Amino acid sequence: MAAHLKKRVYEEFSKVVQLPQEEAPAKKLRLTKPSKSAALHIDLCKASNPTDALQYLLHFARSSVEAESVEGVVRILLEHYYKEQDNSVRLKIASLIGLLSKTQNFNPESILDDTLNTFNTEKSHQVLAQLLDTLLVIGTQLPESLIVRHRLIEVAYKHLSDTYFGVRNKCLQLLGCLGNVDTPLNKDGQGLVPAVIGDAQSLISDYFADQDPRVRTAAIKAMLQLHERGLKIQQTIYDQACQLLCDDYEQVRSAAVQMVWVLSQLYPESIVPIPSSNEQVRLVDDSFGKISHMVSDGSWVVRVQAAKTLGNMLQVSPHFLEQTLDKKLMSDLRRKRTAHERAKELYASGEFSSGRKWADDAPKEKVDTSAVNLIASGACGAFVHGLEDEMYEVRIAAVDALSALAQSSASFAEKCLDFLVDMFNDEIEEVRLQSIHVLRQISTNITLREDQLDTVLAVLEDSSRDIREALHELLCFTNVSTKECIQLALLELLKNLTKYPTDRNSVWKCLKFLGCRHPTLVLPLVPELLSTHPYFHTPEPDMDDPAYIAVLVLVFNAAQSCPTMTALFSDHTFRHYTYLRDSLSHLVPPLRPWYIDHIPQTPESAQLFLQQSLSRISTIHNLQDPGAQDLLNFTIRDLQRLGELQTELAGAADFSATYLRCQLLLTKALQEKLWTMAVPLCLKHNAMATAAAKQMLEETYKLEFLYSGLENRQVATIHHVRLQAKALQLVLTARTRRGVEPLISVCEKFLQEVESFQRLFVVELPHLQESFVGKLLDLSPKLSACKPGELVKILQTTLRQSGFLNLQLPKQVQRASATIIEPTGESDNPLRFTSGLVVALDIDATLEHVQDPHNTVKVQVLYPDGQYHVIQPKPGDFRSPGPHRHRLITQVYLSHSAWTEACQIEVRLLLAYSSSRLCKAVWSDSSTEGLQPAEGATEGTIPFGKPVKVFIMPKPARR
Amino acid sequence: MAREVRCKTVEEPSLVALAKTHAATPSFKNKTASGSHLSNVHLCISSSCFLSGAGQDVGRSCILVSIGGKNIMLDCGMHMGFNDDRRFPDFSYITQQGRLTEFLDCVIISHFHLDHCGALPYMSEMVGYDGPIYMTHPTKAICPILLEDFRKITVDKKGETNFFTSQMIKDCMKKVVPLNLHQTVQVDDELEIKAYYAGHVLGAAMVQIKVGSESVVYTGDYNMTPDRHLGAAWIDKCRPDILISESTYATTIRDSKRCRERDFLKKVHETVERGGKVLIPVFALGRAQELCILLETFWERMNMKAPIYFSTGLTEKANHYYKLFITWTNQKIRKTFVQRNMFEFKHIKAFDRSYADNPGPMVVFATPGMLHAGQSLQIFKKWAGNEKNMIIMPGYCVQGTIGHKILNGQKKLEMENRQTLEVKLQVEYMSFSAHADAKGIMQLIRMAEPRNMLLVHGEAKKMEFLKDKIEQEFTINCFMPANGETTTVITNPSVPVDISLNLLKREMALGGPLPDPKKPRTMHGTLIMKDNSLRLVTPEQALKELGLNEHQLRFTCRVQLQDPHSDPDTLSRIYTHLKSVLKGYTIQHLPDGTVMVESIVIKVSSSAEEPNTKVLLLSWSYQDEDLGSFLSTLLKKGLPSGLSSM
Repeated sequence: MAAHLKKRVYEEFSKVVQLPQEEAPAKKLRLTKPSKSAALHIDLCKASNPTDALQYLLHFARSSVEAESVEGVVRILLEHYYKEQDNSVRLKIASLIGLLSKTQNFNPESILDDTLNTFNTEKSHQVLAQLLDTLLVIGTQLPESLIVRHRLIEVAYKHLSDTYFGVRNKCLQLLGCLGNVDTPLNKDGQGLVPAVIGDAQSLISDYFADQDPRVRTAAIKAMLQLHERGLKIQQTIYDQACQLLCDDYEQVRSAAVQMVWVLSQLYPESIVPIPSSNEQVRLVDDSFGKISHMVSDGSWVVRVQAAKTLGNMLQVSPHFLEQTLDKKLMSDLRRKRTAHERAKELYASGEFSSGRKWADDAPKEKVDTSAVNLIASGACGAFVHGLEDEMYEVRIAAVDALSALAQSSASFAEKCLDFLVDMFNDEIEEVRLQSIHVLRQISTNITLREDQLDTVLAVLEDSSRDIREALHELLCFTNVSTKECIQLALLELLKNLTKYPTDRNSVWKCLKFLGCRHPTLVLPLVPELLSTHPYFHTPEPDMDDPAYIAVLVLVFNAAQSCPTMTALFSDHTFRHYTYLRDSLSHLVPPLRPWYIDHIPQTPESAQLFLQQSLSRISTIHNLQDPGAQDLLNFTIRDLQRLGELQTELAGAADFSATYLRCQLLLTKALQEKLWTMAVPLCLKHNAMATAAAKQMLEETYKLEFLYSGLENRQVATIHHVRLQAKALQLVLTARTRRGVEPLISVCEKFLQEVESFQRLFVVELPHLQESFVGKLLDLSPKLSACKPGELVKILQTTLRQSGFLNLQLPKQVQRASATIIEPTGESDNPLRFTSGLVVALDIDATLEHVQDPHNTVKVQVLYPDGQYHVIQPKPGDFRSPGPHRHRLITQVYLSHSAWTEACQIEVRLLLAYSSSRLCKAVWSDSSTEGLQPAEGATEGTIPFGKPVKVFIMPKPARR
Repeated sequence: MAREVRCKTVEEPSLVALAKTHAATPSFKNKTASGSHLSNVHLCISSSCFLSGAGQDVGRSCILVSIGGKNIMLDCGMHMGFNDDRRFPDFSYITQQGRLTEFLDCVIISHFHLDHCGALPYMSEMVGYDGPIYMTHPTKAICPILLEDFRKITVDKKGETNFFTSQMIKDCMKKVVPLNLHQTVQVDDELEIKAYYAGHVLGAAMVQIKVGSESVVYTGDYNMTPDRHLGAAWIDKCRPDILISESTYATTIRDSKRCRERDFLKKVHETVERGGKVLIPVFALGRAQELCILLETFWERMNMKAPIYFSTGLTEKANHYYKLFITWTNQKIRKTFVQRNMFEFKHIKAFDRSYADNPGPMVVFATPGMLHAGQSLQIFKKWAGNEKNMIIMPGYCVQGTIGHKILNGQKKLEMENRQTLEVKLQVEYMSFSAHADAKGIMQLIRMAEPRNMLLVHGEAKKMEFLKDKIEQEFTINCFMPANGETTTVITNPSVPVDISLNLLKREMALGGPLPDPKKPRTMHGTLIMKDNSLRLVTPEQALKELGLNEHQLRFTCRVQLQDPHSDPDTLSRIYTHLKSVLKGYTIQHLPDGTVMVESIVIKVSSSAEEPNTKVLLLSWSYQDEDLGSFLSTLLKKGLPSGLSSM
């Protein structure tokens, strides 16, 4: 107890602590701060045995040390280091020094010499390894200092021949991280650097043959590190690397695969001989063969690595690439055709049935025994193996690699189709899903044959929703070859629809694209699909039948580009068309002949219209001009309509409309005659202006965070509007409130914002000359000096005099949107649960054009009593079925105390934003700085998407 | 006197003798000649390895290996095709009378198929063996069920006598020692065995047998491609002296499993959707479980409702073991069993005879697999008339069975009582075999890197092809012994020697480069072989231990030299000459009229008659033999004329 108290005393009043005698006076000066070093020192002195000392050190390691006292602490640690007999304590000290040298704002150069000195006396290998690790930390902290680097490398070089593997490991790591990547320096001034150090590469490659596998791995890793740091690795080590592929240890082989890959990327075109023959091949092909070979390695880690790597070797020649899918089958030494080949032949011969008889796959031609290559030399069959691997990690890696390679080679894509389709039957859902995604990615390169389509469609009955939706997505992008295929697909999709009615939307969408892509194939099917008859009237189908709607979606979309099709429609089909065009406008396109649109049909003309509208606006110089408001009003209306009609331009149109609305609000708020009146006389106006300012602020956040594809220019414009809104708020505050006191802080804040605006958008300032900010900045020296009253006056005039800032539209603006598919909000059955307990509500929503939804999208639940909860979904709840599209399938937990009646709660999606995201605030480790939000950061949420109402009924618990 | 030994790995051809079975060996030649097809016992002798069983033939597996003086029996199978003595291996190869215990150190069973374990009770109880029998846990659990079933059929149904009894099976199983994967088991002080995963069926294992530095790997049956319930075989780079591999599919390269699976599922699915019934005749264990898993997951995935039945009996017990031995199954089953054990089938229910007449679609697994009797045949008779139904044969059918007939497209079958049965249902064939194909075998060889290959369990013609391939690709010896043949492989075992610390330190003190474990290094010492141990010690210590006196051996030699100078001058001329030639040696001119080079003494004397002919006396000890003989040849050449006498 006494000891404990004493320790406390030392810690709290460390300024008055008399340091023990042996402490040199110079060091006392260093420790002026209430320093941990003193306490540490005393602790260490007290420690009677190594265990105690280790405990103290461990305890010390948990507390943080300020940059100023690091040096002192290190010195004390080193002092004990020399006194300490026990290896483990020395090791801990060494690691602490490494940890300390990472402290922010501390320059580890000052402790480098001391650390280096320890090497002279150290005998223990483990401690040496730890010391080298510490040097590595110091070295990485001082990347610019050439001299430090050379000294460290020299140490590493000296210890490379150590007998302990850990030391050699660390030395190699050090060489890899700090070794020279530039051409060897001129030696003058670097006299202490032996020439050999300049060539870290050959030094490291000597250790490729080390006896310890861990050192071999470290050597390869160090070499890869050098490569990453920009050193061009010499081709000479290619042979060595290839030999390492046959190493006994998996980590070596795994690293060697990477090494070989790196070399193949560096020297793809150089020629290497094939051993035991006179032929030569390109290096990239040779290494491709070697890595393919590793796909049947004994260790699955290596197999995963190899399979992944294959996907990154795009320069390989097609001949080699196609070998990876090669499998020559034989049975009793007779050549046998693969099931894939048989399927293809059957298809070609027009007969479509397979395997009815026993031995119909009986082998025919005799195989030349000498020609059969049993050991897959080269790339032979690498993917055939990889896709059949026992571990799903390998299979996924192989599927990914296939995808990468297929995207770069159309012929390969054609060939790997069969294999990918086979993967649809994998036992692990993840693999199936991945292969469906991959097929979608390469589907632009391929056309499915009927038998392949058949296999693909079989998966539509899968009970997993993800699989089905991925498949729908795939069908959207698929090309098929015959009308039978279309029919088959339609049939299967309808089957899918009856089995899983919740897939309705997805199936319709899929048929929409299917129709769009294959109008000519749909045409001959139309009479059958619509069951029309040349002579007889057929009964009118039920308009609410989802299957009938599905057929109509297919037909109408095909009819869009096939004008003759409409002639085949019966009367009720036209009636249904008008109905669907209205109710499902996103699925049913406008059909020309009998539905005439005035809207420009092509995106080009719509684009033109948008440009014209905006240029018309740009003629306004001052918003106070007569007629300007009308023009704005009309343009906003036009733009909104355009956005509804042309989905491609919806983002741009909405964006411009919102911007213009902001300007309109500002104009209204600044109307001249109202401002001249005395305040009490126009309370109503004040309220209106305040509301306008608030709305403007909200709109600016929407503008900034809801739209993607904005450039810096537009962000500047948005910020500018925000400044205007804030200025308006300031002016209004000044008018309504009495007294200067509150005004001062508000003014200061505003000025700060102007300043930060200036900082953020220096580049854009020239474009903002005539605007509000431009004018304000002209006056800036005066501004900071003047009193709040004056500032308000200046703002008021500037606001009114400043010109209209033109909006430049970027190429692509997309508005983030969300649709909640489930709950539908149509159910009248309340969700009953016992109050106080929770009930889970399934939410299914699609998100479009949302960047980084994992962090930004939240679910808000609003109870009728005004309570609300915001729930952050798990990252795993987001899936990405397509580009720019996400799907949120999650559960939110609701709870409430009892109600007497069932009542509706509102569920909506929120987009969280934080301006610090844009400012790229530097993240700091130190706790004090980390807690404060970055300067000027605003955080908030924007509701997006329509809210959905759900009936819930919490019942009181029964006792 | 000290004896010099170079201490390197001592290379000695190992003794080929089979200490224990040696007496029996000469008699097999005759036997093989006279009754070669009577007995399938096959012997191979390797580095000290040999035995009796399954060469160049699929059927009864039984291999005897003699390694490092230990005799091991690998598998003890029976041939299903014979009903007489030929069905069991001929154990008289090992001993004519008496029990086997003293001739065998252990018996290892690779998996539970009867062609690998069927003769076990016969061997242990009727011939007589009391030593340990090793098998994996699942094999130990399932093996007695199959043996009992086999016994019932043979004794109770066919009425054979002189067959093993239930009690014998029980007694035999008591001798079994279970093995875990990758566990090294010490059979005795020198012999150790280790099991590796082999796929094929539940509990199948490959075994590594090791004595000292010699090792043999026996694969049993194995599968290099994973299936729905089992993983792929795996072995580390153990570099055995011999790899004994099965070669059932030596000449086949198989198509991907996925196509076959997909076809199978598609056929079943289509039939069920049409409202037809599917009959799948299976044998109780192995493939049946794979197909169950396949259908079960498919039903689950596709949300199908049609019932699947499994005819009861053996199967239920077997499924129970599959549930227990989850660790022996593949990745997917192992990873998901926490949520749900895949062998606890949701959709597959026990079959009752009456269900066969139920309307509507269904899938039925029924035994036996070749439609020759039992439930599968009964169901087949009921369903054969409807073309909506389907039968899927998942395996090979022996000639003469109904299964074989319908596979060959026969449309009318003659049944007992002269009835004919019209076959209208669709007949499909779907092979799901779990043996490694040629590529798989090569892949295993690449994994294990053996020094010699030995192919068994396959047809001679096919093995020939694979043998050529192996020799060509890996440049290793490959053997394919016939039944009763012995193969001997010579190995280079390394002989460990204890070295005394003093000697080692002295060697270190002499300097030279640091020891490099990869390079041999020579040193002087004395090898003592005593009490079954080898020790390398310093000569002095050896002398002390053996109580011998040390004898010095010196060589002396006279060299005649023509030199006109006086004796001391000649000597100093020699001194100068040697000094210039032998740099780095200590050369002393001693005042007593001798020159010492290291420990070699050189004296000069001249005969009185011819003052110009000098006689040099050289004397060196045995240890300096190299330097001494060098000096004598050097001095024989005479002294260069240009030398001054200092």
